[in-house]
Amino acid sequence: MSMPALKIALRFLKSGRAQTVLIVVGIAIALSVQVFVGALIGSLQSSLIDRTVGHSPQVTVLSARDNNVTIEGWSDMVTRIQQVGGVRAVAVSASSNAFVEKGGKVAPALVRGFDLTQADKIYGILDAIYSGTPPPAADGCLIGKELSQDLNVGVADNLTIATAFGTRTNLTISGLFDLGVASLNQGWILTRLDTAQGIFQFQDRVTAIEVGVTDVFKADAVAADITLALSNPAVKVQNWKDQNRELLSGLQAQSISSNMIQAFILVSVVITIASVLSITVLQKSRQIGILKAMGIKDRAASLIFLYEGVLLGLGGAVLGILLGAGLATAFSTFTKGAGGGSLVQISLDTMFLLQSFVIALISSAVASVLPARRSSKLSPIDVIRGS
Amino acid sequence: MADVIDLQGVEKSYPKPLPTKVLHGIDLRFPQGSFNSIIGSSGSGKSTLLNVMSTLDRPTKGKVFIDGKRTDTMRKNALAELRNETIGFVFQFHYLLPEFTAIENVLLPYQIRHGRVTDEARARADELCELIGISKVKDNPSMKMSGGQQQRTAIARALINNPKIIFADEPTGNLDSETSKTIYRLFRQINERFDTTFVIVTHDRRIAEETDRIVEIKDGRIETDIRR
Repeated sequence: MSMPALKIALRFLKSGRAQTVLIVVGIAIALSVQVFVGALIGSLQSSLIDRTVGHSPQVTVLSARDNNVTIEGWSDMVTRIQQVGGVRAVAVSASSNAFVEKGGKVAPALVRGFDLTQADKIYGILDAIYSGTPPPAADGCLIGKELSQDLNVGVADNLTIATAFGTRTNLTISGLFDLGVASLNQGWILTRLDTAQGIFQFQDRVTAIEVGVTDVFKADAVAADITLALSNPAVKVQNWKDQNRELLSGLQAQSISSNMIQAFILVSVVITIASVLSITVLQKSRQIGILKAMGIKDRAASLIFLYEGVLLGLGGAVLGILLGAGLATAFSTFTKGAGGGSLVQISLDTMFLLQSFVIALISSAVASVLPARRSSKLSPIDVIRGS
Repeated sequence: MADVIDLQGVEKSYPKPLPTKVLHGIDLRFPQGSFNSIIGSSGSGKSTLLNVMSTLDRPTKGKVFIDGKRTDTMRKNALAELRNETIGFVFQFHYLLPEFTAIENVLLPYQIRHGRVTDEARARADELCELIGISKVKDNPSMKMSGGQQQRTAIARALINNPKIIFADEPTGNLDSETSKTIYRLFRQINERFDTTFVIVTHDRRIAEETDRIVEIKDGRIETDIRR
């Protein structure tokens, strides 16, 4: 024997239209807040991560020797690192501290030599050049915005790099960069790898092998794989997670609080549906009783309310996700920073939306279990005797 | 003729609020196609007897057989199925589902049984609406009909699965005397046409006079059992 439980559920929902609309809107608002909070916190975190470690190497291979900061035989190591899973980009660098002089002004700087095409994949250097070009010749260099202001220099001007061991090298500024971080703009001088190697007399050696990974949160695992792949006591492998424990625990605390807010919102959705459906069971107990007298089975009687719960959840979930996505988009669009750009760029992850949708549906089904059981337990004789 | 209803030593007690024994050892049989009434004053136990007989309630003691099947020990689902296939109910209140139209209400027991409504079933429902005289209002929401029309709809609903028995508890209690007469005429017509067994509970002796057998209940016991 089958039963038009779905049909009855639909009719019950339709007959109490105002109530149905109210509860769907209620679920939708709660869910939209959940979607908005989840997307906002998630986006804030990823933009923070991006700003903190996105434009820097997440794993760095350095010399492990106390008396020598340089690495020999690095080209073999680069090949091995490139074969490790999760590695996105590898760039070697030759860097050291020096003084930069110009017209009587002296400033400390970190001179960094890169293969700029490789390093660009990690630092985004090429996009950061706002004036001039990357160094075309061996004596060319790029300097940061703040340093250029401090020294009062521009493209095509000359600089002198003075090292601690007394060498002096002249470089020509080929371009200016802005990496968005004042300390880097002020402290870095970027040049070609061979130029830096020459200035600091590194010969063919480098000071670091820098690695960009595909998933920044798996940097520690990738670092461990690289350590294993190199198996070289002369080098040590560092990753950003080990060096930013405070930031990570901060992010984790943020995630936990975000998850708790979302969980409480879902609990409120469950309670709302459960209480409204419980009242509906009471309202419809006469109908349920008479349906049972006519032969509807307990299972079908409970299915009516299970369907009602799922239908309410479905309506609320669809509306809620649209509302939440709209809210997030509006927030991104209308909150402008000083520069006119969006203050927080909320990205809506399809997986996250889908997850919210499914959780809302499951919550509604769970919420309707108790009312459904009530309906299942209703006896026709109580209804008939009760009137 | 075979007995379609058979009660053997049926007792019914309610433990709450005060322990009360409502039925005392009732032995009663109704043959297939008979047209019967149960009368008694208010509180005599006649409605309780009908509820126990119609499987809506279980006896405290004794056996109940419907269409040869023992129902007092049956599981709830089996009882639901038996009720759906064998029994039609007409109560004092029509108990139509307000969310559905008259014809949809009529078809509900059919849908409970078969799930989908076939063209044949719809034709049968139309025919029943015609028979009981609600053809013109059959597509109305069940709440937008007169009391008489609602009770007629409830009767059509009781008949849709072609039940062997119709239990009616004060079926005209809410209707004026003219409509009541029409309803009883309808019952008799159905009884003769479909060989449906009727057990009608009423407190109105004049109505009971119209039936072939009158069982009078007093203080939970059969006081008289008159066949005509």
